[in-house]
Amino acid sequence: MSGIIRKIAGYVKALDGVDFSLKQGAVLGIVGETGCGKTTLGRAILRLVEPTAGQVIFEGKDVLKLNRNQLKEFRHQAQIVFQDPLASLNPRKTVFESIGEGLRFHGMVKNSREQKERVAEVLEWVGFSPESMLRYPHQFSGGQQQRLCIARAIVLNPKFIVCDEAVSALDVSIQAQILNLLQDLKQRLSLSYLFISHDLSTIKYLSDHVVVLYLGHVMEKASVRALFSHPRHPYTQILLSAIPKAHPSENKERLMLTGAMPSAANPPSGCPFRTRCPYAQPICSKTPPKKVVKDPSTGEENEYHCIL
Amino acid sequence: MFLNNSTLKSALGAIRGYMREPILRVKNLTTRLQMGQHAIAVVEDLSFDLHPGKTLALVGESGCGKTLTALSIMGILPHPPALHPSGEVNYKGKNLLFISEKEMRGIRGARIAMIFQDPTSALNPVYTIGSQLMEVAELHLGLFGEEAYTRALKALTEVGIPSASERFGDYPHQFSGGMRQRVMIAMALMCEPDILIADEPTTALDVTVQAQIMELMRELQKRKGMAILLITHDMGIVAEMADDVIVMYAAQSVERGNVLSIFDHMAHPYTQGLFASRPALHKPKEKLHSIKGSVPPPDRFPAGCRFHPRCPYAMDKCFSGDVPNFLIGDHPEHDAKCWLHDGSEESALKLKDRKDRNER
Repeated sequence: MSGIIRKIAGYVKALDGVDFSLKQGAVLGIVGETGCGKTTLGRAILRLVEPTAGQVIFEGKDVLKLNRNQLKEFRHQAQIVFQDPLASLNPRKTVFESIGEGLRFHGMVKNSREQKERVAEVLEWVGFSPESMLRYPHQFSGGQQQRLCIARAIVLNPKFIVCDEAVSALDVSIQAQILNLLQDLKQRLSLSYLFISHDLSTIKYLSDHVVVLYLGHVMEKASVRALFSHPRHPYTQILLSAIPKAHPSENKERLMLTGAMPSAANPPSGCPFRTRCPYAQPICSKTPPKKVVKDPSTGEENEYHCIL
Repeated sequence: MFLNNSTLKSALGAIRGYMREPILRVKNLTTRLQMGQHAIAVVEDLSFDLHPGKTLALVGESGCGKTLTALSIMGILPHPPALHPSGEVNYKGKNLLFISEKEMRGIRGARIAMIFQDPTSALNPVYTIGSQLMEVAELHLGLFGEEAYTRALKALTEVGIPSASERFGDYPHQFSGGMRQRVMIAMALMCEPDILIADEPTTALDVTVQAQIMELMRELQKRKGMAILLITHDMGIVAEMADDVIVMYAAQSVERGNVLSIFDHMAHPYTQGLFASRPALHKPKEKLHSIKGSVPPPDRFPAGCRFHPRCPYAMDKCFSGDVPNFLIGDHPEHDAKCWLHDGSEESALKLKDRKDRNER
């Protein structure tokens, strides 16, 4: 992080010791609030931001050690969809150009005709007629633009897509359309997703497993079923209790969060959540222990980082 | 007991609430925009009441006219393209649509306040938040210097800004999104308005911050007997905060009623669609109900029922002619602008079909 005078002003640890794995065909949800590092995580995995340390192992190879050619191949397999579809689409390129560009670059098509065919194919998968490829992004609505970004993400036949708050900027019923589409494509194309969101409802809907982040640290890692029925970490519990009621007569007990988010440039020692945790003890200023909980009915192992 | 202005106001608010006398009566509000040669209604014939201590939720998605409704009430529509609204917005015996700007300025911000979705655009970036709050105190409460400072500080503390006196001289960009939202609420509530219009107040915020802001609004409402017009597209927020609901679609009110009645006996297919789109209610991996198509722009509203091109239950009569409001069940205050509830045989069959589909 440097200031205007090109001196290093300080370091912000956006992510600290985060590890997890994602199986093929699965969806891993990354949930956390502003400043937790989830966006940095998505970009770091794809090396849109260079991680300082650690490993990102994709198909047996460490992504962080790939050379330029290998990285190009990796980027073919791993794609990203961003939160703001209009900002992600070049306004001066037609839909065809935006989506078809990668096909040529990765040598997936031999000529213009094949390129057009492939673009028409993915456009159809996301619900557009082939004629749409001649239009410009501004001629589409927000939800439609996001579908175009998804088309661009899948056109190269990737194995893995990072969805960074991909539905957050959309109206509720459009969100539903996009989530259905993502689910559909996942099945059809055997995709894996890293689904980043601050919205627990969409995380619950789409994910198989969830990682809860706070100020760059993992608080809890669990299957979606376990996380939503028996959250172990106090932060997870607070997050879940903050979700609005489903019905006006529902009697929801709310665990309220106190204080403000500490600065990421100067995080609390030990457990970063301790400054706002209702159960904080002096010992929390040391690194919290990792606890592994085995679910007796499914045998799956979930973990959380807390003294409780 | 020391009866100060605030206590008196709360007491009056409570009494008014008990007597259910509305603090605002909107009647046949219609706002048109000049679009080329035509003047198109983007808010059409809207009527509702706001009661002290109660929250009315105006629900709908982008483009339905809910924000323009708020701007019409506040008298801050952009001219052009907006034309002067018609109808009545009755507050304390006056129709706000036809009073002088001078008179309106005394009401706007002081008696009827508004908070917006994006706090960043409501706060001036080159002034400290302290000075912006003091400006409100000066303009609307006639307080200056030390008195204005004290009042402003009190407002900041009331909305839960930690170390308010230290942050008084900070600029908006030095606050997080949630804090900026609180500052905006502080500005809106400083004058203890009778009515607060909140336009998507928590959409841009984290879920824990959202919970805090809703708690804050509820608490202030209870304490000061304030009426809230809450504009949102999120049925979760409606469940949390609303006493009554109006659902808007394409400039019209399509369903209205008490919140419990709406949730238990959702009548209009659009309302059902909005409600069913929320992933929280579904078992994972089941296909989410989404409303096909998109909201029509004002210059292309369909004839007949404006929702019919997207409605899974459309009948022939839905394609043309105005749709009346039909009462729902035994609830005198719950109605829906939908032919499915006209009591005819054709409708009864469609309703049964819908019920079966929902239960599957």
